[in-house]
Amino acid sequence: MKKQLSMVVAAAMVAAALAGCGSSASDAGTENADTVTENADAGTAEDAGESADAGSGGTFKIGGIGPVTGAAAVYGQAVKNAAQLAVDEINAAGGINGAMIEFNFQDDEHDAEKAVNAYNTLKDWNMQMLLGTVTSTPCTAVVEKTHEDNLFQLTPSGSAVESIQYDNAFRVCFSDPNQGTASAQYIGENKLATKVAIIYNSSDVYSSGIYQTFAAEAGNQGIEIVSAEAFTADSNTDFSVQLQKAKDSGAELVFLPIYYTEASIILGQADKMGYAPIFFGCDGLDGILAVEDFDTALAEGVMLLTPFAADAEDELTQNFVKAYQENFGDIPNQFAADAYDGIYAMKAAIEKAGVTPDMSASDICDALKVSMTEITIDGLTGAGMTWNADGEPNKEPKAVKITDGAYAAM
Amino acid sequence: MKKINKSTKNNLITYGIVVIAYVIVMLLNVTGHISSLMEGLLVPLCIYVILAVSLNLVVGILGELSIGHAGFMCVGAFSGAFFSMCMKEAMPAMARFLLALVIGAVCAAACGMLIGVPVLRLKGDYLAIVTLAFGEIIKNLMNVLYIGKDSRGFHVSTKDMIALGLEPGGKTIINGPQGITGTPHDASFTIGIILVLLTLFIILNLVHSRDGRAIMAIRDNRIAAESIGINVMKYKMMAFTISASIAGVAGVLYAHNLSTLTALPKNFGYNMSIMILVYVVLGGIGNIRGSVIAAVVLTLLPEMLRGLSDYRMLIYAIVLIGLMLFNWSPKAIALREKYSLRRILGKTGTKNVSENRTEE
Repeated sequence: MKKQLSMVVAAAMVAAALAGCGSSASDAGTENADTVTENADAGTAEDAGESADAGSGGTFKIGGIGPVTGAAAVYGQAVKNAAQLAVDEINAAGGINGAMIEFNFQDDEHDAEKAVNAYNTLKDWNMQMLLGTVTSTPCTAVVEKTHEDNLFQLTPSGSAVESIQYDNAFRVCFSDPNQGTASAQYIGENKLATKVAIIYNSSDVYSSGIYQTFAAEAGNQGIEIVSAEAFTADSNTDFSVQLQKAKDSGAELVFLPIYYTEASIILGQADKMGYAPIFFGCDGLDGILAVEDFDTALAEGVMLLTPFAADAEDELTQNFVKAYQENFGDIPNQFAADAYDGIYAMKAAIEKAGVTPDMSASDICDALKVSMTEITIDGLTGAGMTWNADGEPNKEPKAVKITDGAYAAM
Repeated sequence: MKKINKSTKNNLITYGIVVIAYVIVMLLNVTGHISSLMEGLLVPLCIYVILAVSLNLVVGILGELSIGHAGFMCVGAFSGAFFSMCMKEAMPAMARFLLALVIGAVCAAACGMLIGVPVLRLKGDYLAIVTLAFGEIIKNLMNVLYIGKDSRGFHVSTKDMIALGLEPGGKTIINGPQGITGTPHDASFTIGIILVLLTLFIILNLVHSRDGRAIMAIRDNRIAAESIGINVMKYKMMAFTISASIAGVAGVLYAHNLSTLTALPKNFGYNMSIMILVYVVLGGIGNIRGSVIAAVVLTLLPEMLRGLSDYRMLIYAIVLIGLMLFNWSPKAIALREKYSLRRILGKTGTKNVSENRTEE
């Protein structure tokens, strides 16, 4: 009995240690980068201290929540880095009406329970506004708490409908239904295809959310869904069955409302079986060109609907990508862009409402939820972004096509 | 005091620890000395204590290794939350939550019985593997289950939401991988503590009853137990089912503490089962009070380490390994006995023998 137990527990620990190794290997680069920014932070903090003394003083305390460990760590890390970047820029430029911003990011391990713990930790830190959470399910749990406490919440990337169901919560990204409908409309209006196959991740809220709304809208657009095949997080390495079904049913276009890691495998396997339909995806496909050991030639002709492309020509994007690369060593993804826009949207809303750091979190929330609907932002993820009272952003989704290993606007 | 026998005294100490902890927390809460983080952790603490104590019944008292405990918790959570969602407007909160607890316990017990019939005929490693598979099956089932409600009644599908064919105005209650959203927030620390006490009461009384002795006899020597006429299957089923139903109660508590319930590998996968097993092992197999303390300490630890940011999970793992060595390595046990507090104070160390049954 004891022997079995020690075997099982030892096995579990080895597994945990191995899992740790896997993520730490890929994070090694960013960790080094982290120390660099910390030094840089110290510099700006000192500067900030001086200018705060000179200016009107006070600091806004903005909290952030997202996964920086575990399977979804990539997204949390991107949000953490980009938000810190935006905060440092704002502080270096004199803050918001002279007040500095302090940013504190807490790990939620992509778990609803841990996200609530992280939220409570931030509350103990006297957070006044929340940028988070990064992923949808934790966001739905946290929005319940911010609603109770009347605290202003802006999620960069929590895309489920329920994630911002209260009037104190807003988001930067598109909602899942929004993306599904927009994709169906785009395909229908541009007559890309009439026979569509879908491969989606049924264990993922983001993916199945988009699939459901896409399927609902497809009929209105004259699109026939010839096959809809699901996979789960436990079976995301072999897609030959799903691809074969799509091929047999004669689909001209394969819709991939999934994240880029699985999509890169799908593209590779489709190429091997000599199947070359149009591949169409959503913002989750952003980042596919940066996958290690992925032949970018395979992604040739893939279309995706995304609000952000790291190699866009405009000055704002280029400055952001350059600063991000200098500080953190890799190319920012859409999550980073959402977070960066989120911090600037908060700044604009604070300036519009004339909120000061000495106000209570509840008063700030009451002021910001009005001013949030009055601001217009030209951000990385869209020009002329505005918000409705229900928290949804108004911005145009951009469709891009991958040509010669780079995004090109369509 | 002399009249009270040793086991009763031990039980009273266990209840006493829980009650005193409750009183201290409540006092701190009234005087406003408790941080938001601690306040938010109170209900999860109760949940993990209940889970650890209930698993200890199977692992420590029955002596079978079960690593599918999170599966029973999942069944309880979904059935309880499903009931609460259906009755959201129709019943007062307190009555609804109590009924949800009962339903969660009954559903989990039914699953425990169902899985127990084939599983308990196995032994050792085989049993462990089958329970592990059961936990994963439950989790995956919940991920493909869609249930909606409209004026024509309930609709069930395992394909997707569209296949439910709901009327306009119909409501999806269980939405596949998105789970159940909007469960009422009924769980509170007081209810949690009452359930902890109830769990302790059930398990401690079972252990010290005639049935409990039969269960332990099966653990210690199955053949001998059978030869004196103990119905092995019956007692095994009894322990397994009670353990499952209590895990179901913990699941209901879990579901009513957060507004969103999804069956992710993180919360209902084998990781969680192993986590509960770690509580039991670190607290001492068969030692109920130890499970309570281990569950509390190990749930608090990662949150208390938040100050270390990126190194948090690393330190947590190291602490786990350290604790495991301290608790179970023969050298550490010898060292502990040599320098034990009791020995230093000059008392005899007989008091603890009844608890550390697994040392044999």
